[in-house]
Amino acid sequence: MMNNLQKYSDSSMGKFLFERFFKNKEGVIGFAIIAVILLVLFPVIFSTFRLNMIGKYLCYAFVSLGLVMCWGRAGILSLGQGLFFGLGGYCMAMFLKLEASDPESTKIQTTPGIPDFMDWNQITELPAMWYPFKSLSLTILLILTLPAILAYIMSVFYFKGRVTGVVFAILTQSMVACAWYFIVGNQGLFGGINGITDLKTLKGWDIRTEEAQTTLYFVCCVLLLITILLSRYIMSTRLGRVLVAQRDKEMRVRFSGYSITSFKIFVFCLAGVVSAIGGAMFTLQVGFMSPNLIGIKPSIDMVIFTAVGGRESLLGAVYGALAVNAAKTAFSEAYPNLWTFIYGATFIIIVLFLPKGLAGLYESFFKPQILKLISKFSSKKTEDSDDNLKPTVNDAK
Amino acid sequence: MKKQTNKPGMGRLVTYCSVLSALALGNITAAEYPTSEVNTTGLAVYDDKVIVGQLHSVTGTMAISETGSVEAERLAIKQINEMGGILGRQIEIVQEDGASDWPTFAEKAKKLIIQDKVACVFGCWTSASRKAVLPIFEKENNMLYYPTFYEGLEASKNVVYTGQEATQQIIWGLDWAYETLGSRTFYLIGSDYIWPRTSHKIARNHIERVLAKKDPKCKVVGEEYYPLGHTNFRSLINKVKLKKPDLLFTAVVGGSNVAWYKQLKAAGITAAKQDMLTISTTEDELLGIGGENAEGFYASMKYYQSLTNENNIEFVKAFKAEYGEDSVIGDVTQAAYLGPWIWKAAVEKAGSFDIDKIHAAHGGIELPNAPEGYVRVHDTNQHLWSRTKIGKMLADGQFEVVAVSEELIEPDPFPEGYQ
Repeated sequence: MMNNLQKYSDSSMGKFLFERFFKNKEGVIGFAIIAVILLVLFPVIFSTFRLNMIGKYLCYAFVSLGLVMCWGRAGILSLGQGLFFGLGGYCMAMFLKLEASDPESTKIQTTPGIPDFMDWNQITELPAMWYPFKSLSLTILLILTLPAILAYIMSVFYFKGRVTGVVFAILTQSMVACAWYFIVGNQGLFGGINGITDLKTLKGWDIRTEEAQTTLYFVCCVLLLITILLSRYIMSTRLGRVLVAQRDKEMRVRFSGYSITSFKIFVFCLAGVVSAIGGAMFTLQVGFMSPNLIGIKPSIDMVIFTAVGGRESLLGAVYGALAVNAAKTAFSEAYPNLWTFIYGATFIIIVLFLPKGLAGLYESFFKPQILKLISKFSSKKTEDSDDNLKPTVNDAK
Repeated sequence: MKKQTNKPGMGRLVTYCSVLSALALGNITAAEYPTSEVNTTGLAVYDDKVIVGQLHSVTGTMAISETGSVEAERLAIKQINEMGGILGRQIEIVQEDGASDWPTFAEKAKKLIIQDKVACVFGCWTSASRKAVLPIFEKENNMLYYPTFYEGLEASKNVVYTGQEATQQIIWGLDWAYETLGSRTFYLIGSDYIWPRTSHKIARNHIERVLAKKDPKCKVVGEEYYPLGHTNFRSLINKVKLKKPDLLFTAVVGGSNVAWYKQLKAAGITAAKQDMLTISTTEDELLGIGGENAEGFYASMKYYQSLTNENNIEFVKAFKAEYGEDSVIGDVTQAAYLGPWIWKAAVEKAGSFDIDKIHAAHGGIELPNAPEGYVRVHDTNQHLWSRTKIGKMLADGQFEVVAVSEELIEPDPFPEGYQ
């Protein structure tokens, strides 16, 4: 880090950050386009109901961003991201549920003041593990730290033991299955298969109204854009490049003296935290949390979003999550009985013809066109920008 | 609008509503009910048609259970349309797929209510899906007709529960087992989620507080839950053999049913040696289990396909004509069939499609000629008064009705002392 700073000492801090966040002009344009689409285009053309739906898709985009970093860049395929998504979602749901379960609105229960599903399960006192969720700041802290701690515990033994590839993927999948059984089995604690439902207000602010949903959509967008920038920052540091290097030639990087394990643990924890933010936003926008979002199937769905978007592209991940979910909604609204077949066929087509996903389509088809356009308009700087678009090998030294 | 003709096979349905028989038989035209008056809240009601939503899983693991409900609701709506529709308007269906996924149910419910502005929704099956959509129905003020027997502990003004709540199914069934089978010791078995747990809570309370007063020997000797989809019941069967309860009282659902009955039979526990009363096995499940594996066990429900009253014979005939000779009709399918008819009665009683007005109209609505027999909507909680029936499973996958409750049983979703 210090070396890098020195390297850029002759240039301004602004330029340094610019390169970290955007790399080059193309990066700026790409980011600007997605910001305009999310913050201007969608709110203008869609009704609140559709906007809320897109907000829901964007929550999955958080998970996809995490997967791009840990799978696309670092080569760690996790089939258990639903676990972290659910963790964030459940933390937020527990806070909202406690707020919705004040003694006044639960007075028909045997024990007023506790969540309704606890009352149905003959629990007469709020379990100790629910107490932290009485405070919003503590809840937010837990949303950000719990997934990191869990991811650390999960990964430290595996990565230290050099468990990688398919074996690790299967282990993450078994973790997510365990989590599902744990939640469904502990009905009194987590609401079982029903999940935590009927969430109403956040600090007295009704999250079900149209205005609230619009606001939450924008909050979600801004958080997502910030996450994209931070991810780009992290991926453009030396850390990010070591991750890519160990993905391609693990042994060579080890022999170069890097402790790969800690890099891997870091990126896995980071992916977990980012997913959890998505989960928390999901709960806020959808108004309930369900164990269905934690199972093996949703976790694999999330990998599919990333694959469709292009697993090495951060922006691709967002487009992937949006495209797949929009397709799912469109197909199922048009053909309720047949949509799964169309949906499946789409994936087969994508895997067959677009192995690198939407980002690959952009790289091979749209980008040359755009470059032509750019060179037409700024004939002076053509060489310069061409240079920038190539992977910058000298930075990796 | 077309004049009402009494087609053969339609006669009973035409007279389904005694309160409003004059209206129902009369020649209702849309002109008598201008859209501006019957629809003041902007629902999708037009001069010639009214749009309703249908929200079940037609894909995913629940599709096998929910398809019957989809078909029954469509049949009822088709019959209503043939009779001239509702306030002179033909009913059109917008169908959405809940995909056996509760968040999807919530999304589709929002779509139907907010985007399509449907006049009401027929849908949901599992409690989890109902819980997922309930806040949306309450906030947007729409009406859900929910067909499944369920755990109770709920009485939303935005839901009409056309299936039985737990006390209706259980208490009379246990009394019957106590008197007819002479059951004194009970073993409670269920899948692990809210419905079996609540049901068994009610059963345990009834056994320990009511039956034990009649005969102190009455007690619960075991209570066990297994995860949804569980298929290995061998250790449970050993416990059953050890404890020798008079009655196995079960609420095992879905695919677990098949393993449960087959393993019981393989272990030599048949109806000849062991009494079992279930609240979860209908004709639909018997299709998968195979009647020969479950022969002689009992179920406590409000409807069986083999009911011999004239209404049911016509209903079964119409259902098979529509969906094929091999189709079977279970308890929930029949309850789903009641949904559109109750809605029609409520709309006609209220003279309006407005949700608040049909909510007010629901209390006291009667369907004298429902396939299951006479039912009435409760005055306050939008559940149905109904007769519980004991069916004995037969080798051909049907039930032989061996007992019917004398009285209509009052729906009591918040039973005193059972919570």
